[in-house]
Amino acid sequence: MPPLTARRLVLVLAGLAAALLLAIVLCASIGSSGYTPFDLFRLNPKAALPATAGGEVEGIRADPSLAADMILRVRLPRVLIAVLAGAALAAAGVVFQGILRNPLADPYILGISGGAALGFITVSAAGFGGAVAALPLRGTAAFAGSIATVGLLVLLSRAHGRVGTDPMILNGVVLNTVYLALIMLVQTIVGTTRLHGVMLWMVGNIPVEGYGVIGGLTGVLVAGIIGLTALGRNLNLIAAGEEVARGLGVEVERTRLVAILFASLITAAVVSVTGLIGFAGLIVPHAARLLFGPDHRLLIPAAAILGGLFLLLADTAARLVLAPTELPVGVLTAICGGPFFIWLYRARRRKVAFDA
Amino acid sequence: MPEPAAPILEARSVVFRHAGTEKAIFDGLSMAVDAGEFVGLLGPNGAGKTTFLRLLAGLASPLSGEIRLAGRSLADYRPRDRARTLACVPQESALLFDFSVLEVVLMGRAPHLGALALEGHADLEAARAALSEVGLDGLADRPLSALSSGERQRALIARALAQQPRVLLLDEPTAFLDLKHRLQIYEILKRLSTQGGLTVVAVSHDLNLAARYGSRIVVLHHGRVAADGDPATLVTPALLREVYETDAMVGRDPVTGAVYVVPRTPLSL
Repeated sequence: MPPLTARRLVLVLAGLAAALLLAIVLCASIGSSGYTPFDLFRLNPKAALPATAGGEVEGIRADPSLAADMILRVRLPRVLIAVLAGAALAAAGVVFQGILRNPLADPYILGISGGAALGFITVSAAGFGGAVAALPLRGTAAFAGSIATVGLLVLLSRAHGRVGTDPMILNGVVLNTVYLALIMLVQTIVGTTRLHGVMLWMVGNIPVEGYGVIGGLTGVLVAGIIGLTALGRNLNLIAAGEEVARGLGVEVERTRLVAILFASLITAAVVSVTGLIGFAGLIVPHAARLLFGPDHRLLIPAAAILGGLFLLLADTAARLVLAPTELPVGVLTAICGGPFFIWLYRARRRKVAFDA
Repeated sequence: MPEPAAPILEARSVVFRHAGTEKAIFDGLSMAVDAGEFVGLLGPNGAGKTTFLRLLAGLASPLSGEIRLAGRSLADYRPRDRARTLACVPQESALLFDFSVLEVVLMGRAPHLGALALEGHADLEAARAALSEVGLDGLADRPLSALSSGERQRALIARALAQQPRVLLLDEPTAFLDLKHRLQIYEILKRLSTQGGLTVVAVSHDLNLAARYGSRIVVLHHGRVAADGDPATLVTPALLREVYETDAMVGRDPVTGAVYVVPRTPLSL
């Protein structure tokens, strides 16, 4: 890649943002009810009826206020949450891969998402605020769970002052399994009726939330992603080697700590709304690196937008494949992401073998 | 009579031991380097060469004593200010992702840039100048991983040069390189030191290269300076027996005039 210039940064991000906007409009137009956003602007309800009404009662379709309800209260919130979740997971994936110096890192595989889920499910089970704890509380518990997991991972995977790539993946898998068991334990103790949403959280599902939740989530994620992007050059230097970064004047420990805090924060914020969506934080960063190069100052925001696009398309597909039954999006991302991980792992091993 | 210039880099009674160990590696080590010198830092395995280089680079801090850079204690430098005066090429060079050669060299501009600034025209020029110093002009857009080991080492030296430092420290810059590439690296360092006025300190295992190109060699042994001075008079069979525990022949190359060492047998097996 040519070196990063302000021009390239603006062009790439503007292009991606335009594509995302287009996708948001398109995906908000598709659904089993058959409404499109254009129905909002139809003056004559009767004239709005297309020949194929998709199995719906004509009278209902003709009502613009119902179209508005469907699109603004159901589809658009879901579309926006999918975009936000995808953006955060991809940005967090990029950052974890960089600071843990591990190309296989992903918030889901490493158990960072799982730690967040254990945090908020435990809090919910403890009975704060009814069956499901209020979102800020859930979010805080999720944040605590994800931060604790990153700390554990680094501690467990360190040997002779170095944090190994393969040990970290193994430890992440084990932590994930333990978290899953603990979540099931909590669920069994409390009884399934109080935590009826748990199963959906375990596979990752895009819920329909109010605009208050969406606004709060947007605030946290935008702040987090901008904060991480601001660390971009230091993350580049750390990718070139810790000693190199320190020699170039980077305060490595502080950069790493701040990056872990931000990345865990946005992961936890997403997990507390959508549950565990796997592999989005692995696939998208690698695709973004291929497309836009490894410079974190462009890579973090570009991967975020690309991640939003990816999860939006995945969730739209999840809504449609078995329509009118809706599939949790985590099912789709795991089916695509699992094989991708295996391919990546094998490719990397082959490369290591050649280098040696 | 003019005052003699203060040394640009100086270790004063440095004491250091690794965390969790009893034995001090250095117990009051002192050494001074003047501006423009090309110092070969030699010594057997375990003599503390790399540790000493890391102390000089500010990557580790002495337990007592101090390192002084351009007349100020290194501890008083902010990391960024230090990186504008002193550059270090460490041995470890595992690059995580596929950055291009130019991107890698531009990283050397970081200490000159504001926290959020992108590299500008002046930085690109500094990076291209550094690349041409090491003879890699044509390879700027290649991924670093596609370069040969010799080229890669030169790219890492170019990154250090892009910092526009007054002092350049290198840890075994020619490890893993064949004859031609070893000579290339030392030719480049020699030119930087004599023509560019750069102060160079290079840790080396290669006595012959250090003796031929260095204006001075410093031999570390058991955490002390065992010998220090002009390679032409310093490198003797007696020194090699004492420090490297090796019986060796020392000769003089009739063409370059440099002393050279042919090791014969170790003193013990």
